[in-house]
This record gives sequence, structure tokens and C-alpha cells, in this order.
Amino acid sequence: MSLNPARVAREFPSRYRLEAAKCAGCGHVAFPARLVCPACRGTKHTAVTLDPAGKVLTFTVIHVPPAEFKGQAPYVLAVVELADGVRVTCQVADVDPAAVKTGMPVSLEFRRIQEDGEAGVIAYGHKAVPA
Amino acid sequence: MSVGIVGYGSYVPRRRIKLPDIARVWGADAESYERGLELHEKSVPARDEDTITMAVTAARRALKRAGIDPLTIGAVYVGSESHPYAVKPSGTVLAEALGATPAVHCADLEFACKAGSEGMFIAASLVKAGEVQHALAVGADTSQGAPGDALEYSAAAGAAAFIFGADKLVATLDAQCSFMTDTPDFWRREYMHYPRHAGRFTGEPAYFKHTLGAAKMLMEKSGTKPADFAFAVFHQPNGKFPMRAGKMLGFTTEQMQQGWLSPWLGNTYSGASPIGLTAILDIAKPGDRILMVSYGSGSGSDGFVWTVTPRIDEVRALAPHTRVLLDTNKIYVDYGTYAKLRGKIRMGE
Ligand SMILES: [Zn+2]
Repeated sequence: MSLNPARVAREFPSRYRLEAAKCAGCGHVAFPARLVCPACRGTKHTAVTLDPAGKVLTFTVIHVPPAEFKGQAPYVLAVVELADGVRVTCQVADVDPAAVKTGMPVSLEFRRIQEDGEAGVIAYGHKAVPA
Repeated sequence: MSVGIVGYGSYVPRRRIKLPDIARVWGADAESYERGLELHEKSVPARDEDTITMAVTAARRALKRAGIDPLTIGAVYVGSESHPYAVKPSGTVLAEALGATPAVHCADLEFACKAGSEGMFIAASLVKAGEVQHALAVGADTSQGAPGDALEYSAAAGAAAFIFGADKLVATLDAQCSFMTDTPDFWRREYMHYPRHAGRFTGEPAYFKHTLGAAKMLMEKSGTKPADFAFAVFHQPNGKFPMRAGKMLGFTTEQMQQGWLSPWLGNTYSGASPIGLTAILDIAKPGDRILMVSYGSGSGSDGFVWTVTPRIDEVRALAPHTRVLLDTNKIYVDYGTYAKLRGKIRMGE
């Protein structure tokens, strides 16, 4: 598994800063940002930064992880709903998997997501932590 | 023109290991660390926490309290001896995550445990010179001691961030100074995983000489004496040294208690006295004067005199208090888990 630095860098606005696009026509917030609104096909957007507070909508516990997350199992992968109605899929960190519940309040926090071995680039982004 | 702190924030990982759990593995006497050095437990970073992630969260908290546009930050300094990359600045990730790019001067700093206060010194000076409107300085570390070494009982993780400016201050900077000599008490050579230290040489000729030297220089420069301060915070490689240094200077336990975090946090290296300062700002009253002295092996100390302003009452509740981060939501790990998290276990390919 190797991380492509150019691709990692392209995703900085959403991964680092939680930047999303709010449709000027219907108000739909797309994350990551899109050029065409998936709700009304509108093309005018304003950049918004997502509020990191949210709640767990649904989750699963990963016991047999893909190679790049080896050593982290068991970990929780969740769909988190943020205040703007935006849903993000991310890990829930700093928690006993048995203690995670639907509806649990969480907050997105900046974390190391994966690294390309000992010598490659480190990809940063957000994980949910108990609020 | 008055310059000082506009916003501050801290970060402490949730995981902890108790000192007796380390001592048991190495057949060491836990009592000598708990009573002798006043160390009880220390913070442990998870695999997804490093100097950069802690710096980002601490800086976001500082930004919240500052209430400023991140694009007005003209300088970003991250002080650490555990930057995730040997080559590639931590500050670039931090500035990008805050939305402070591209008109921003950035440097990673290193000076053992005083890299954080170095950034504060430079950031405040740049604002004072009128070069930038706001400057961000972070002290953050996820330091390691060699397994079984005395340092393993104290090396911990944490971060503190300060945004400097000339307007909307929560604390003015009244004086700053540096006291530095070439003193080989602690070092880590290139490509070495763990640092080495000079045992007893790390005490009197190193920590105490520079900490006391900077504190005296600072009080002379600012025309102050210990009784003029509501709070004092010193670099805390363990629980014992900062209290002893403070007492030698004439400070009381009451003045030092609030910023004295090491017994339950460990030594957060570049984060140590800066995190202590955040804990003090969390409870300080307008008009309170604070003395802060860092220490970094090699060796040097930076000293600062701060005076808290009325704006502190408007901002302190905007982000988590440091002692709340330290005392709540703790996750205790055993030595095996700790060794895994800290990458001390040799893995198969
Ligand atoms: Zn739309």
C-alpha cells in the first residue's frame, strides 16, 4: 500500500479543514465539495467549514482490518451526522468499541489516518472522539 | 505598544500509564519514582496522535479563544523534539489545517524541552516589531525514553498553543529574557531512536543553573520579586525539580500549584511549562502577574512575565480547561499496550 502525495494533497481542504460547499440554490451542503449540487444540479456554491460536533448515526466494529490499518483492530468505523446534516464516514477513536452507541455525541478531531510505511508520507485527517 | 497573548489552548492525550506499571516490568522501585521524583502517572499518545495532531487541536482551541481570522496569522512556529518528519516541517500541516496559508512565515524549532517557549519568544517579538498582525507558537511533544531508562518514567505527550497579537489581549507580555550556555546534559544524535543523558549532571549544573539564572535575570529586568506574582510555572521534567527551583527563588507552593502538572501528566518536553501556563490562564484573574521559565537541555531557559487582562473572563470558557483534560476521560493502559502504542515492539513484515 503506498500513498500518492499528490492525491493526498488534493484532499487537504476537506481532510484538513472540513471544507464543504453550500449550494446557493437549495442550501444543500456537499462534503467533500462538488462542482454540481447533487440535490438540484445547481452550480453556484459558497465554501463553508463544517462544525466538528455531531452524533453517531450507525457504526460497525472492524476486527479484521485491511493491511494499512493492521495493528489498530478492533476499531470502530461509523457514519457520523454533523450539525449541517452532513454525514461523514470515519473512525471513532479514544473509545472502547463496546461503549459506542447510536446517537452518541462525538466531535471530529485532527488525527493521523494512515502512513506509507516508515519512510513514506503521513496522511492526516479527522476521526470522531467522544464529545 | 503592548503585545501579548490573544488566545491560548492545550491538548492532552486521554491515555495514561501508572508509574508502578512501568517499574514492575523493569524490576525497579516504583517508590523511588513516586516519592523521590513525585511522578505518579503520565500521558501516552495513541498511534494516531503525534506532535502535528496535538498542535492542530491545541491551536484550534487557541483560535477559538482569540476569535481572529486565521488569515491574519503571519507566522507559525512549532517547537518539538519529536517532529513526525525528520525533513518536512510540522508547521506546514498546522498552518494548512488552520487555514492560515499562504502568507505565513513558518519554522519548526528544536531545543530539547524549550522549543515551545522559543517559538513564543520569536512570535511575540515579531508582533512587537510590527512584522505580523498575529503569530502562533506551539510547544508539542510525544517524547520517548529508552525502555527501562529513568526517562521512560517521565517522557509524556501534550501540547500548548498561543496566538500573539497587539489587540484583544488576554495577557500582556511585560518582559522576556533568555539564559543559555553550552551544557551537554542530554542529547540525541541523528538516526538514534532514544536520547542519552548525563545522569546527575542534568540537575545542578543544567536544570537548576539555567532555570534560576533566567528567573533572576527576568525579575531584575522587570523590577519584580516573587511576592509580586500570583502564579509561577517552571519547566517540569518531574514533579520535584520545579517545586525545588521555585522554593529556592522564594516562591510558595500556592503560587506554583496550579501550573504544576507533571506528577499526573509527566514531562511533556516542549509542552511542559507552556501547558502549565494554560492551566494558570484557565483560573487567573485580571491583574494577576505570572512568571514562566522554561528549560531545554543543551542548555537554556526562556523567561516571561505576563499580566492577565479583563478579557480573560470572556474567553476562558470557549475551549476545554487544561485541568479538565488532565483529570477526566482518562484511559489507563498496561505496559504491553503502551509498548505497542509507542512502537517499542518489533513487528514482522
Ligand atoms: Zn442545490
